[in-house]
Amino acid sequence: MKKFIIKRLLLAIMILFFVSFIIYALMRCLPTSFVEALANKKAQAGGSKTFAEWMAQLNAVYGLDKGLFDGYGSWISKAITGDFGESWKFTIPVTQKFADVIWYSFVLNVICFILEMGISIPLGILAARKQYSRTDYTITTIALMGISLPSFFFATVLKLIFCVKLGWFDLFGVVGKYHEQLNTPLEKILDMGWHYILPVVTLTIVSIGALMRYTRTNMLEVLNSDYIRTARAKGLSEKVVINKHAFRNTLIPIVTIVGGMLPGLFSGAMITETLFGIPGIGYTSYQAMVEGDIPFTMFYMLFLAILTLLGTLLSDILYAVVDPRVRVN
Amino acid sequence: MAKGDGYISAKESRRISRENRKITSQMEKIKNRKHVDPSEYETKMKNPDNILEIDNLHTFFFTDIGTVKSVNGVSFDVPKGKTVGVVGESGCGKSVTSLSIMQLVQRPQGQIVEGSIRFAGEQRCIDIAKATTSVMQEIRGKEISMIFQEPMTSLNPVFRIGMQLNEVLELHHPEMTKEQMKARTLEMLELVGIANSEGVYKMYPHELSGGMRQRVMIAMALCCDPSLIIADEPTTALDVTIQAQILDLLRGLKNKINSSIMLITHDLGVIAEMADYVVVMYAGKVVEKGTAEEIFANPMHPYTLGLLASKPVVNKKVDRLYSIPGKVPNPVNMPDYCYFKDRCEMCVEKCSGQYPEMVKVSDTHYVSCYRYYDEGGVK
Repeated sequence: MKKFIIKRLLLAIMILFFVSFIIYALMRCLPTSFVEALANKKAQAGGSKTFAEWMAQLNAVYGLDKGLFDGYGSWISKAITGDFGESWKFTIPVTQKFADVIWYSFVLNVICFILEMGISIPLGILAARKQYSRTDYTITTIALMGISLPSFFFATVLKLIFCVKLGWFDLFGVVGKYHEQLNTPLEKILDMGWHYILPVVTLTIVSIGALMRYTRTNMLEVLNSDYIRTARAKGLSEKVVINKHAFRNTLIPIVTIVGGMLPGLFSGAMITETLFGIPGIGYTSYQAMVEGDIPFTMFYMLFLAILTLLGTLLSDILYAVVDPRVRVN
Repeated sequence: MAKGDGYISAKESRRISRENRKITSQMEKIKNRKHVDPSEYETKMKNPDNILEIDNLHTFFFTDIGTVKSVNGVSFDVPKGKTVGVVGESGCGKSVTSLSIMQLVQRPQGQIVEGSIRFAGEQRCIDIAKATTSVMQEIRGKEISMIFQEPMTSLNPVFRIGMQLNEVLELHHPEMTKEQMKARTLEMLELVGIANSEGVYKMYPHELSGGMRQRVMIAMALCCDPSLIIADEPTTALDVTIQAQILDLLRGLKNKINSSIMLITHDLGVIAEMADYVVVMYAGKVVEKGTAEEIFANPMHPYTLGLLASKPVVNKKVDRLYSIPGKVPNPVNMPDYCYFKDRCEMCVEKCSGQYPEMVKVSDTHYVSCYRYYDEGGVK
């Protein structure tokens, strides 16, 4: 097992190297250029230098006068030492900006992740147990609606009902108007939690459908298998048959997707964050990308790539944990 | 009703499935009740020498294209300490009969709609056809146990063999300690001829061969000393040498623990070797039953004759084995006359009449065919 993990980690480093190069090349090819916009602004502001002169000077300052390979080389040589440079747009170190915003998204996504697991897996099992019954049809219809609803539409409807008509929540932001005046830390957390309700509801409703359908399909397959009949023939109660014998087998395909969800916890939810005015990583990375902020985007993308690779490794390990047939000796 | 070759319109299918749901949900409600007066399902055996009496059993499947009468009025007895073989071709209702005895028919589509299955339990006699699910859970695995035909897939792939065997003991003998359970499980594994019982105890099913898995299944079935073992084609998925071993094993064990065996198979060789009594089924009905000697020495029903003729015989050279012509009638739309009439080569005039009743040939031998109406009195 140890050997397997080490091999996979070494392979992951190779993959990261190529992935980061491809991202860098793509960033350099983007039609938007941070330097060009800046030079344009400076030239128009009046002064002695023309646009072309500003361009040449700024290109040298930001390291864009070098070719693709040289530019990548200087980026990676610093990145290996942990220096990801300063964000062009936010003018503070990339890692600092990232640390400032990631927690907003992480908290949001972790809550949604837990709710998604807690709601969709039991619902999927219930729907499978009562296949073709009224319960099953109700659950699958709601799941289908959840899958089909675009998050921007659903979020807007929620805002219309609960913020505009009922006035229970604020339209934007993670904290209320009087957040600073609140006395205890508990009150501050509760205030933030109140503002997280609508985004959490939006993200959860649109995401439970897929996992629920997946659980239902797998559970149905397991319930029709011979060993479930054997378990019943032993005299086990239906509860034990479902929760022990069937569920352990349904877990096998589920853990493979859960591993793939790891990067999702950190990648942020761009549309939902933007709509609810949450200064999370999704919204921030979007801003950085449209303005051509190469250092920030590089760091963010590389971070996601690392998480994706760790996620697949994690799901492979979990797979071996739940399924004795794939264990490597 | 179905038109043509069983093709029906979507509208028709919806109507049928709606009606089916109404019927099955009502039956499910009755089955799933928690507290039921025992007088509802407790009965008396007609003959105290029998362990199981199946009487006019009807098990139907309510499918979207119509009601499939898989078991349509089956009656036979399993005497204490004897082996009863049930033979018939694929789809004749052998397996559904055995699953009905365990109440393991695929629900909610499959339901026992009529008849009774009287089982002589240790303390009381129970009519399984009327028993609720909770009553059945006490009987399953303890007093009646079952060996399935698919050893490769019948064990749960994610649990160790030892755990799967212990589970049965844990459930039916809660007074046993962990050590006692392990000792009993190891004893059972050795009993079914697994030499490396300590090793197998810790293994997962995928580490065992098909024959070994079937042995484990048999060990699991025998754990609680059941009074009736149902073996549903226990050797079909195994190769011939293993088949012989498993059959030897079953026969030896029957003598050791003195239980009855209901052996379901389509292999007449297996029946000849193992069974004391034989029940021949065709299209959901019993066409002939009797002792093994009577069936093999004096087969009467044309279907039994056909089955025996289609069996290869050692030292007899034939170009082609005999095969019964035609095919089994559509289970959704069974004809009113004898189900075998369309394939029968010995039809008489009366055959186009009603389905023939059971004719008593001797005290143990019964046949359902018009050709023997003159020989014995109609039962």
